[in-house]
Amino acid sequence: MSASVPTVEDALALGLTRSEYELVCEKQGGPPNQVELAMYSLLWSEHCAYKHSKKLLRTLPTEGPHVVMGPGENAGAVDVGGGLVCAFKVESHNHPSAVEPFQGAATGVGGILRDIFAIGARPIAVLDSLRFGEPGRTSSAGGGDQAAGGDQATRGEQAAAGTRARYLLDGAVSGIGHYGNSIGVPTVGGEVYFEAPYEHNCLVNAMALGLAPRERLVRSAAAGPGNLLILFGAATGRDGIGGASVLASAELGGEGDHDKRPTVQVGDPFEEKKLLECSLELLDRGLLVSLQDLGAAGLTSSASEMASKGGVGIDLDVAKVPLREPGMEPFEVMVSESQERMLCVVEPADADAVLALCAKWEVNGSVIGAVTASSPEGGSGRMRVLRDGQLLGDMPVAALVDDCPLYDLQPRKPTEPVYQPPVATAGDLNLASAPRDLLLAILSSPNISSRRPLFEQYDSIVQSRTVRRPEQADAAVLALPDGSALAVSIDCNGRRVAADPYRGTVEAVLECAANLACVGAEPLGTTNNLNFGNPEKPHIAWQLTESVRALGDACRALDAPIVGGNVSLYNEGATGPIYPTPVIGMVGRLPDARRACQLGFARAGDHIALVGAFAPSLAASELAKLLGQPLPDGLPAVDVATVRATHAAIRHAVRAGALSSVHDIAEGGLAVALAECCLAGRIGAEVELREDFWEATRVAARGAPVAATPIAGHVTTALFGEGPGGFLVSGHDDALRALGQQVPVLLIGRVGEQQLTIVEGGAGAGEMLTLALGELRAAHGGLEEFFS
Amino acid sequence: MKFGVLQFPGSCDEVDALNAARRVADAELIWHGDRDLRGADAIVVPGGFSYGDYLRAGAIARFSPAMESVIAFARDGGLVLGICNGFQVLCEAQLLPGALLVNANLRFTFRQLDLEVLNSGGAFTRACALDERLSIPAKHAWGRYYADPHTLAAMDGAGQIVLRYAPGQNFNGSLHDIAGVCNEAGNVFGMMPHPEHAVDQLIGGSADGLKIFESMRLTVEGARV
Repeated sequence: MSASVPTVEDALALGLTRSEYELVCEKQGGPPNQVELAMYSLLWSEHCAYKHSKKLLRTLPTEGPHVVMGPGENAGAVDVGGGLVCAFKVESHNHPSAVEPFQGAATGVGGILRDIFAIGARPIAVLDSLRFGEPGRTSSAGGGDQAAGGDQATRGEQAAAGTRARYLLDGAVSGIGHYGNSIGVPTVGGEVYFEAPYEHNCLVNAMALGLAPRERLVRSAAAGPGNLLILFGAATGRDGIGGASVLASAELGGEGDHDKRPTVQVGDPFEEKKLLECSLELLDRGLLVSLQDLGAAGLTSSASEMASKGGVGIDLDVAKVPLREPGMEPFEVMVSESQERMLCVVEPADADAVLALCAKWEVNGSVIGAVTASSPEGGSGRMRVLRDGQLLGDMPVAALVDDCPLYDLQPRKPTEPVYQPPVATAGDLNLASAPRDLLLAILSSPNISSRRPLFEQYDSIVQSRTVRRPEQADAAVLALPDGSALAVSIDCNGRRVAADPYRGTVEAVLECAANLACVGAEPLGTTNNLNFGNPEKPHIAWQLTESVRALGDACRALDAPIVGGNVSLYNEGATGPIYPTPVIGMVGRLPDARRACQLGFARAGDHIALVGAFAPSLAASELAKLLGQPLPDGLPAVDVATVRATHAAIRHAVRAGALSSVHDIAEGGLAVALAECCLAGRIGAEVELREDFWEATRVAARGAPVAATPIAGHVTTALFGEGPGGFLVSGHDDALRALGQQVPVLLIGRVGEQQLTIVEGGAGAGEMLTLALGELRAAHGGLEEFFS
Repeated sequence: MKFGVLQFPGSCDEVDALNAARRVADAELIWHGDRDLRGADAIVVPGGFSYGDYLRAGAIARFSPAMESVIAFARDGGLVLGICNGFQVLCEAQLLPGALLVNANLRFTFRQLDLEVLNSGGAFTRACALDERLSIPAKHAWGRYYADPHTLAAMDGAGQIVLRYAPGQNFNGSLHDIAGVCNEAGNVFGMMPHPEHAVDQLIGGSADGLKIFESMRLTVEGARV
């Protein structure tokens, strides 16, 4: 960009369209200068303005009895009793992580933590949701290295894709650990999936939770003309310039990606730790009028949004901003995305006290501007950028923040499949293979194998609240001071959303609620991160529209309103879009932390029951993926009310302390869920599937007499089919029978011994599979090789 | 009996240590910039990443004003417990022999571990039985204990090797499976695992770590009688 008045070509290079540039000229009463154009181009980017998603997001339910702060603030918040609120939000850092996974993921964690303490809450937990391409295999567990069989060139491409996936996985996990561990916030849960469509565009979504006394919550609206604007935290450098517009709002792919490295920021968790403690102490002392973190688009976005929300104007002097390097242009100061910075509004009389507290925490604090009056015609005032008092830019706040054009999507259901069938990785296996071989292949597959090699790199216990750590229960459980507890889960199976954007999204919401029910918690609120491809393409617009419609319907049906979230679009690489991935994060509460249930079988002799209306299907299942089957066009319908009733029954039984273990049946179906319960509990199980099982699950119902011996395909469907609404529960048989008064309960076996045995009872009696715990554990450890 | 728990910028487990200590006695935080140890009878140097630990774990914290006082306190025979980063700080301050190197797997690693008590007569383990196993979590990237063979032999002979990882659980590659050591006088003790994260059955599934704090209380109150 030249120092003279920028042209329309400069605007196009910054990501604005021609008509958007013309609108900017109209709002400014003439062509914008360099500083103004830089600021408009960022605030009018997809990342900041949500211009392709805002209309859809307005349809989501955002109110409920527990909601204290809804969308629009840095994070949402729900009341958790005892005078406390829980703030939470999920955010993506996909494109930075695809370019530089360690710093991309680290600063993703840093960014979401700042959102939490920006509203006055102390961060108490982080969860993450990760997606990468197929990592391939270096050994032959499950016969995976015979994958595809195709020609040498194809195998070469797969090897390169695997290397890339493992590099991104390792970097992202290290980065998340580096930031979270160093700042003293536990990483208590998360999920990771490996699917080819994420190969060129990985997803790194981070969710954080915080706790605050209700009266400490602070909003970001600037107020009181004459009040001072104080920037505190790290100095401002040239890192991350243009991140929001260049990285987050364009497709990746091609040779140019390495050139984008300078726009990825570098995180400093120590600086953020000081910033966190300093911010909370400033709020505890009542010294702040409002507080806002600096994220995408840096000072430009933070200052403009504070002014917009408060209906005021802001004068900001770039000469007063502490810089990391000399010679930075004013527009660079305004758009820098240097990490670990906060902006607050204080009354002039409190400024010295604020700066003194910054000094105590060894944090830079500088008065960089002031709040100015509202517009004489009403509404917010002017955003003015100065340097040593000289005016460099002058814009109506409303134009910057509110006047970016919103676009209607042009959704159209695709007539052709959007995604290639997955590459088969199960060697010679097929639907009629022995259940034992199928189970071992699924257990060792990257999507199902134990996440221990990842979560062992995270501190999950600092702050002494973690009642249930990863792999102990379906949801993480965090104790509250009054003896109750929070439960939290994050989930989304993108492959199922790709098969059916509406039902797949409903399932993701139900999965989170199911995880909460497993520990006895009831949902309080939901956050979401909509990761999709380019919304200007009709089939992506259709995915997005269907998914948001489902999100609204499911959250309404579960009374789990959406209190905040994030949208990440343009997630496409050279080979096409990612699977549509609406990551759902849900927070719930249980009255007694001591009653939080676990997923592992606990006691020899306990009965095992299948609970709920479970109707397994192989459509879009893990097994179908391993066998290379194409995605189906649609998933079976879900009766949300029935599933919700099952959740309630499970929840009540857990809260009564009636059950030894609860685990929801998800990826990999019944057999995988059984194996997981055995592995987590270090004890085996003997399961018998009798005629009542075949009848209840309707696996054999289509045409065949129910009592007839199920054919091989039926066995495979029963053991590995997937669908929402089913739980595996263990406990005394009276407790299980009592549960059966409310929801369908089938006793299917007993806990004991050191092996998992599944036999078919009734007419077709015979063994389906027997596997020792050691065999299950060896298969389940499939991810370890990626970290050795 | 009062514990003082140091707080550096970058400390992470100081409030956990404070609350653990409060289960057996009084306790308060001591800011890194203060030289006044506020009459504490025992000091805990907590876990975390003091001053960011960008140079070398504990290398900067040892020069803090509070540590100057802790060093003098230790030389006078005061009880000092270093946990994780605190252990690293005490080694840097040369209050304890040896050093902590990067884990053998080169990664930050979190695990619930079994520790064996090799010396149950000392100031920090007198509430434990000899050879008792304690279930306590560890979480660190720089926890591989190292000292030269001559020093190790001397420490072994003097009963300074207080805690050892149970067989098969030494994930960081510490020499002799060492998890915790004390100085020659027995009044300064450092351990990589976190006893403050094993004080409540509900939270950690173990309350074994409480025995370390309880031992310190017994030592202080015994000395007072």
